[in-house]
Amino acid sequence: MSIASTSVIQIIPRTRRGVELFLLIIAVGVSVAAYVNIGITVQDKVPASTGYYAAGIGLLALIAHLALRYRAPYADPVLLPCAVLLNGLGVAMIHRIDLGLASIAEANGRTPKAPAAPQQITWTAVGIVLFLVVILLIRDHRRLQALTYTAGLAGLVLLVLPLIPGLGVNLNGARIWIRLAGMSFQPGEFAKVCLVIFFAGYLVVKRDVLTLAGHRFLGLDLPRARDLGPILIAWGVSLGVLVFESDLGSSLLFFGLFLFLLYVSTERAGWLIIGGLLFAAGAFFAYQTFGHVHKRIQDWLDPFSIDGGQVATGLMGQAWGGVLGRGLGQGRPEITLYGQSDMIISSFAEELGLTGLIAIILVYTLIIERGLRTALGCRDIFGKLIATGLAMSFALQIFVIVGGVTGLIPLTGLATPFMALGGTSLVANWAIIALLLRISDQARRPQTPAAPVSDETIAMAVQKQ
Amino acid sequence: MSELTLTLIKLGFLALLWMFVLAVLSVIRSDLFGAKVDSRAAAAVVPQNSRTPKPARPTKKRKGLPGSVTIADGPQAGVGATLVDEPVIIGRGSDCQIRLDDDYSSTRHARLFSSEGQWWVEDLGSTNGTYLDGQRVTRPVPAEIGGSVRIGRTTLNIAK
Repeated sequence: MSIASTSVIQIIPRTRRGVELFLLIIAVGVSVAAYVNIGITVQDKVPASTGYYAAGIGLLALIAHLALRYRAPYADPVLLPCAVLLNGLGVAMIHRIDLGLASIAEANGRTPKAPAAPQQITWTAVGIVLFLVVILLIRDHRRLQALTYTAGLAGLVLLVLPLIPGLGVNLNGARIWIRLAGMSFQPGEFAKVCLVIFFAGYLVVKRDVLTLAGHRFLGLDLPRARDLGPILIAWGVSLGVLVFESDLGSSLLFFGLFLFLLYVSTERAGWLIIGGLLFAAGAFFAYQTFGHVHKRIQDWLDPFSIDGGQVATGLMGQAWGGVLGRGLGQGRPEITLYGQSDMIISSFAEELGLTGLIAIILVYTLIIERGLRTALGCRDIFGKLIATGLAMSFALQIFVIVGGVTGLIPLTGLATPFMALGGTSLVANWAIIALLLRISDQARRPQTPAAPVSDETIAMAVQKQ
Repeated sequence: MSELTLTLIKLGFLALLWMFVLAVLSVIRSDLFGAKVDSRAAAAVVPQNSRTPKPARPTKKRKGLPGSVTIADGPQAGVGATLVDEPVIIGRGSDCQIRLDDDYSSTRHARLFSSEGQWWVEDLGSTNGTYLDGQRVTRPVPAEIGGSVRIGRTTLNIAK
């Protein structure tokens, strides 16, 4: 098992929960500072709701922290504060754009829409509840391996849910939403988690065949034709998502995730090349066939051809922000279409400038780095693959969304994790962080002589000491 | 609110944001500069003299020379050879001391030989490689009791 033991990393077992608490205090402090800053610049006073906002974010962070102290004492100390900071900043920016939209509506003599920020705080609370459920219920991530095929099936069902007539709704040209009891959900966000578990469980079993069989060609280990089945199925499904749900972003995310995990588990670059070619073929086909993909590419190649297009206004905002930004509350991010959700990165670039944007991207990078670090330190391959998959899902999303907003690649509708307005995405991301923390607790815990498999053996080991 | 105050608030917030990033980086600096930990924790866990912990764990291996190598699993489980002076060649070929029925092994895949008072595992230029305890064998490496050699899909255990 080459991955298992080539990457033995000396981790000194320390719980580091105190460090986490310290970082959490800073994270909550920065979020509250952003909120107060927005109040001061937009309304010229410290907003009355500051107390509620600070108490809300602080309490939620504290509950999550206490759950870790109680049930995952060796978990990574950095993941939770980073997630809290991003979530808090996101809520502050959504609140800031609420104020901007309200003043536009006022100027036009319309009644302003209901503010979105309180809604986002409610969803944060739901996310923390799911975080607690994952931390308290899943005591050992290896149990999830028994659910490999269940998770795969659940992932597929969640993926096709929006296609069911009467349940799925078309929103902004993509059919990735379902409406249930008056609320919209994006089941694809949870499909992501399920599929990572499925891919990991599947590859743990199959990776030997996928690694060993094959022939060398031009210095590359290429797989046998009959082993191409899984990658072709993954490709087909992600193409199906693109065709029937018109969602470029999630299509890219699912195929990218599978490809990364295949590469990580087999250590063979050949898969990347095959996957890259398949992706290029799919992308070309989509460009030729589908109007919405064609439009996205046009919008990317020539953003200013459409008057007031979201990419164009976003780019204008970023340019106006410059290196140091306009300052919170002093830009006009509300002009950009979807400034609270898809384009929230551009809203931040406008008000915090390149300096602030780099800090935000660094925080994301730190989450991804901790995820991969967890994978390196983890002692079982299943856990390694899940941690890698979850970290890569963040990486892919950040790359696709920041690349799209800054005009590097065509803009696709993927949610910016933790920041963008949208309940399902926020809740799912909190579940992902909980899973990563659970695995990192296992990875950083002091090693018992023989890695215990069940609670019984743990109990026996404790009794012996 | 004056222009100056607003600028100061703006810069102050950026500084605060970066302070968080730097605080996180200082927490995980061991990732960036190797596993350097504070001396108290290091003294408690790592032996005093090893500032840079070795990746291998030589202390876990038992002492003494290995005496046999045996296939651990599959239909051929239990097939093996004793290790006395003569080198043992493992592979699919008929001249091998341990003949593997494994499509992923080469005809002459690997050999174990005795030299300088210990046993070594050497890969004989096989297609799929030989792994000792998960590490790919690129040059002769010492074989110790308790080690496991993977050849193709077969795992062999080295025992007393």
